[in-house]
Amino acid sequence: MNWAKLGSSDFLKAIRPFVGLFVVLLLFAMDGELRSIIFKGGNFKTILTQTVIVAIGAMGMTMVIVSGGIDLSAGSVVALCSVVTAKLIEQGHGFMAVLLLTVLTGGLVGLANGGIITTVRMMPFIVTLGMMGIARGISKWLANNQTVNPEQPLESVNRLMDNSQSPLTFFPLPDGVWLALGLAVVMAVVLRSTVFGRYVFAIGSNEDTARLCGIRVNFNKVVIYALAGAFFGLAGVMQFSRLTQGDPSVAIGLELQIIAAVVIGGASLSGGAGSIPGSVIGAFMMACLANGSSIKDWPNYMQEIIIGVVIILAVGMDKVEPFIQRLFKRQSSSN
Amino acid sequence: MPEDSSSNPALPRLQIEGVSKRFGPTVALDGVSLEVAAGEVHALIGENGAGKSTLMKVLSGAHRPDAGSLTLDGQPFEPSDPLHARNCGVAMIYQELNLAPDLSVEENILLGREPATLGWISRGERRRLAKRALEEIGQAQMPLDAPIRSLTIAQQQLVEIARAFVGEPRVLIMDEPTSSLTQVDTENLFGVIEHMSQRGVSVIYISHFLEECQRVASRYTVLRDGQGVGNGAMAEASLEQIIQLMVGREIDEIYPRTSRAVGEPVLELSDVAGLAKPSCVNLTLHAGEILGLFGLVGAGRTETLRAVFGLDRLAKGSVTVFSREETHSTPAKRLANGVGLLSENRKEEGLLLNRSVADNLTLTRLGPVSRLGLVSGSAQAAASGKWLAKLDVKSSGAAQPVGELSGGNQQKIALGRLLHHDARILLLDEPTRGIDVGSKAQIYRLMNELAGQGKAVFFVSSYLPELLGVCDRIGVMCRGELSGVRPVADWSEQEIIRTAVGQAESTEVAA
Repeated sequence: MNWAKLGSSDFLKAIRPFVGLFVVLLLFAMDGELRSIIFKGGNFKTILTQTVIVAIGAMGMTMVIVSGGIDLSAGSVVALCSVVTAKLIEQGHGFMAVLLLTVLTGGLVGLANGGIITTVRMMPFIVTLGMMGIARGISKWLANNQTVNPEQPLESVNRLMDNSQSPLTFFPLPDGVWLALGLAVVMAVVLRSTVFGRYVFAIGSNEDTARLCGIRVNFNKVVIYALAGAFFGLAGVMQFSRLTQGDPSVAIGLELQIIAAVVIGGASLSGGAGSIPGSVIGAFMMACLANGSSIKDWPNYMQEIIIGVVIILAVGMDKVEPFIQRLFKRQSSSN
Repeated sequence: MPEDSSSNPALPRLQIEGVSKRFGPTVALDGVSLEVAAGEVHALIGENGAGKSTLMKVLSGAHRPDAGSLTLDGQPFEPSDPLHARNCGVAMIYQELNLAPDLSVEENILLGREPATLGWISRGERRRLAKRALEEIGQAQMPLDAPIRSLTIAQQQLVEIARAFVGEPRVLIMDEPTSSLTQVDTENLFGVIEHMSQRGVSVIYISHFLEECQRVASRYTVLRDGQGVGNGAMAEASLEQIIQLMVGREIDEIYPRTSRAVGEPVLELSDVAGLAKPSCVNLTLHAGEILGLFGLVGAGRTETLRAVFGLDRLAKGSVTVFSREETHSTPAKRLANGVGLLSENRKEEGLLLNRSVADNLTLTRLGPVSRLGLVSGSAQAAASGKWLAKLDVKSSGAAQPVGELSGGNQQKIALGRLLHHDARILLLDEPTRGIDVGSKAQIYRLMNELAGQGKAVFFVSSYLPELLGVCDRIGVMCRGELSGVRPVADWSEQEIIRTAVGQAESTEVAA
């Protein structure tokens, strides 16, 4: 990344999620009780593990939101895929087969989303709202409306999100954390530096211009939603690993947490702006807040209020900053 | 004294005196004067960019004049905004209709002025007022409950006019009211205008179609380059005289022209028709040639370019690119064949305003700035740097968002994308619209240079002098049809304007 070539406003925008995270951690450090617990290796590992599901979902959602769309079916797809994982393990499939088939399931749901949005020309909000119900229904149907507990657990899948082996030290991190980190790096490069990534930004920035520039808008949108679905599928595997059971009624409202992470990370719901590192930081920040609240023994409602305030603050900075800059300029010019 | 003057019938209804308006360095209006009597229909005539819209915006309160005065029935008239002007009895009917499509005729007529007590709308009163307004313009048969969406354009326009009659209209301004109307609807509208005029309402009628102005107006004023260059009684002026007044200016020295060899045909359109427009276009564009396309707003020029570029569907006809017939295409295929389009609407269609200069310049051809499949930021910046220098763009660098640049510099970026793409056929739709004179001259020079390199330039414009200055051949469109394309020397300005307004003698409209 070449910081010198970026304008100062871009620089501010790019580092804003990091600044937000820094402020949150700083506030935590000011409290003695929090400071003594939260930065301990074992606890930090817990936060990372709790970030994984939202972070993986946010990687898919970032693409969708940057392209100017939205995917409300994420939470339901995660639940569906956790059930699919359980079913596949019940049938005795190996690790790779379970992983690939579950991811494929998520991808197919995304493909359906993208296909309907582009061919029938419907609003993504409506299509994915419908898909949210459909996927939730299918997962309950598939699971017979109860949790699915494989009799023969598959150790490799369970280990993805398990840090009970060494609860007090930072290392070793669970496999799922490494997987999420690796994917974040890959996706950051894909979105930043591949032709596909540039097209995602172009479509979200101005669809008409993208079409004028010969970008196959519909094809790319289908790919975006299918890929996002695949990420939600992977998040479903992680969801299974966390509970070690397939639960059709899990992850209700998760899509909103994922969208919040993406938006805290600097994405614009009107498209054309956003980044993978920002979204991952957004997810991490929310996990930190949740963790801090539970250490302080704050009730759940407190935590919800705090996260709500953070979302509004994070996005509100966009509007407040130019205002502050203008005030500053006016003062300096009047002097 | 105001009381005396307002009742004095000898005073004009509206008097505009020495009004000037400048936007930055551009002088849009330069001491324009105009008088309209009560009940008079006054035609305001001029080419695109002559200052008609600015004058009307001053009248309707959208712009404040820098100098000059407006007088309405002998009283000073200084509208602060369109609502104020409307309350004073000066209403404007815009080219784009300002109606709420899902609300009913009745609701639209009274929109913003609903008769109400304590926020509670009196429906009976509203119906009465809406009915009266429609009767005032002789359209009592209009269905009051129909949603605007279900009406034809002509009916919608009448609703918009009726809206002005809720108050006491004194001056009604109509901007190109017939541009999307059929012949029958146009006749109907003329009836309404006559009706209004008999009731003492003054009408300022703006139209490109001179024959309409002749029919409907009793007096005229011609604007050119922001100045009033002639006025008088319509009956005493010939079309010839008016056209002379519209075009009578010298061609500037800003048009370069070097001799160049015209090569093979690269783009051939035969009987091309779109779904709505154009209706019939035949032309051949050669390598090393600049072909101009003139026409008034709504003649179908943009639609022709979009259809050729594969953005809109073709209804019939065929398109041949580099001797291969490829009638139905997509922008991706056209770009792959070296055809590039510059949109007339750079803000809404042409550019990614929140993305960087580098992204915008290289978007259609990321290959050369990529390494191992990854787009390289530094290669993008280097490629952009070259074009920024070549096009003399004023920017802080390749990373600056395009939206922060001035109009002229934005246009250079949009044009630069075609250069980076190395397009061999350039379809340029109004490339100099809304930009400063310096940037215009640079774009003319660039077009000349591109043609010199053997590239083919298809140049659509509403500004005649630039077409005459830059092009090798010019075709004129009128209501969806393209007249014969002729070398620029075989056209006179008068002939072009006459063809564009549908006044050409029949022998000249050879296909």
